[in-house]
Amino acid sequence: MFQWFHRLASLKNFYRLAEIITPWLAVLCAILLAVGLYRGLVVAPTDYEQGESYRIIYVHVPSAWMSMFVYMVIAFCSAIYLVWNMKLADIVAQASAPMGAAFTFLALATGSLWGKPMWGTWWEWDARLTSELILLFLYIGYMALRGAFENSAAGAKAAAILALVGVVNIPIIHYSVEWWNTLHQPASITKFDTPSIHISMLIPLLMMALGFKLFYLVNMFSRTRSMILEREASTSWVRNRAQENNL
Amino acid sequence: MNPKRRQKLILVGAMVAIVALAMTLLLNVFRSNIQLFYTPTEVAQGKVPPGAEFKVGGMVAADSVERLTDGLTVEFVLTDHAEDVPVRYTGILPDLFREGQGTVSVGKLDDQGVFVASKVLAKHDENYMPPEVADALQKAADNKKQQPYGSDTVILQ
Amino acid sequence: MKEFLAMGGYAFYVWTSFGLTFVVMTAIVLSSIYQRRQAINSVKRQAAVARQRADQKNSL
Repeated sequence: MFQWFHRLASLKNFYRLAEIITPWLAVLCAILLAVGLYRGLVVAPTDYEQGESYRIIYVHVPSAWMSMFVYMVIAFCSAIYLVWNMKLADIVAQASAPMGAAFTFLALATGSLWGKPMWGTWWEWDARLTSELILLFLYIGYMALRGAFENSAAGAKAAAILALVGVVNIPIIHYSVEWWNTLHQPASITKFDTPSIHISMLIPLLMMALGFKLFYLVNMFSRTRSMILEREASTSWVRNRAQENNL
Repeated sequence: MNPKRRQKLILVGAMVAIVALAMTLLLNVFRSNIQLFYTPTEVAQGKVPPGAEFKVGGMVAADSVERLTDGLTVEFVLTDHAEDVPVRYTGILPDLFREGQGTVSVGKLDDQGVFVASKVLAKHDENYMPPEVADALQKAADNKKQQPYGSDTVILQ
Repeated sequence: MKEFLAMGGYAFYVWTSFGLTFVVMTAIVLSSIYQRRQAINSVKRQAAVARQRADQKNSL
């Protein structure tokens, strides 16, 4: 187990592994997004209450899920970086942050565009919306903190601590609709319950959600590889591959 | 695991635990402030800020929506199935506003105990289904109401 | 088709949401590609500098 862990932690091995699996993930991602989009926009039936406006769910919910998933990845990597000082974990966290911020922005913006016609307001300071906004600030703070330090290792440490402190916000976002009364409705899909969304609408949603996750992975792998190249530019394996024109 | 790493791991774990604990305490203290709205029961118990604007949330009671003659003013009853609050609102209602739906209204209580709303928002539930399915569910529920022993009799036969 | 584009009267909200998502995701992809190019160029530059230095040393 530990041997496997160490081998993966080697930047060279990760570079090679990501190189092999990224194209496959990209193809799968494109298929899922295309089919999910078609089934969500065209095939899925109209909602009995919200009419066609509910179709925003197909971008809103995947974005919202990813905004929290990416944060969990960053927090997990930050813990590994702080304890084991693993460089790869820090690079993955750094590569993920802008995408997490983008997904959070999308969740807020599409939610607002959905709230206006259905609730009658673009924004309400309820617990769900506010905690998601705090998540956006956490991402921005994380990136700003990294950039603020001259010494990149010190910046990485400070940002990792911020990411770990901010992780308490994740359960708050998730449970906000149960703990407090909010304008936002409770979750439609929870692990231990039958979903309160019709199967014909659920399948495209799950396809889009998986598509978004793969989209994140593909881009995260690509960015992680770029960052590995920059950091390892003077090592012999990078030099050799550069010579063979095979980066 | 070497002792130095173990120490770091404990440190990181303790940090997250302390922040989580602090957050829990903080959220507990501000619990009522985090609530978006008061319920009709809280309004009836006089827990709302007197004379100030506040939000009240609940269900629009069945057969309670009445349009006044000016065509813009609407009166309805907000209920949490324990207490009722009469609401008056002049303005455009959101698309989802209807009897039996959840709603959050912003406004003030007047002398007669009527909640004069300046804004009415609609809440929707977490259910998504095609209209035909909703109709079928409604029919099934109606049938059950009409013949409460219907399904049992079939089994007993 | 017209009916599809109208989205039951919610065209503005639905299409803005999907459009915004498309724009942001395209930006993510383009920036990933840009970062990769930058990294490759930087590696090549550094390799060229190193080779030059090595050549100079040899010729001395």
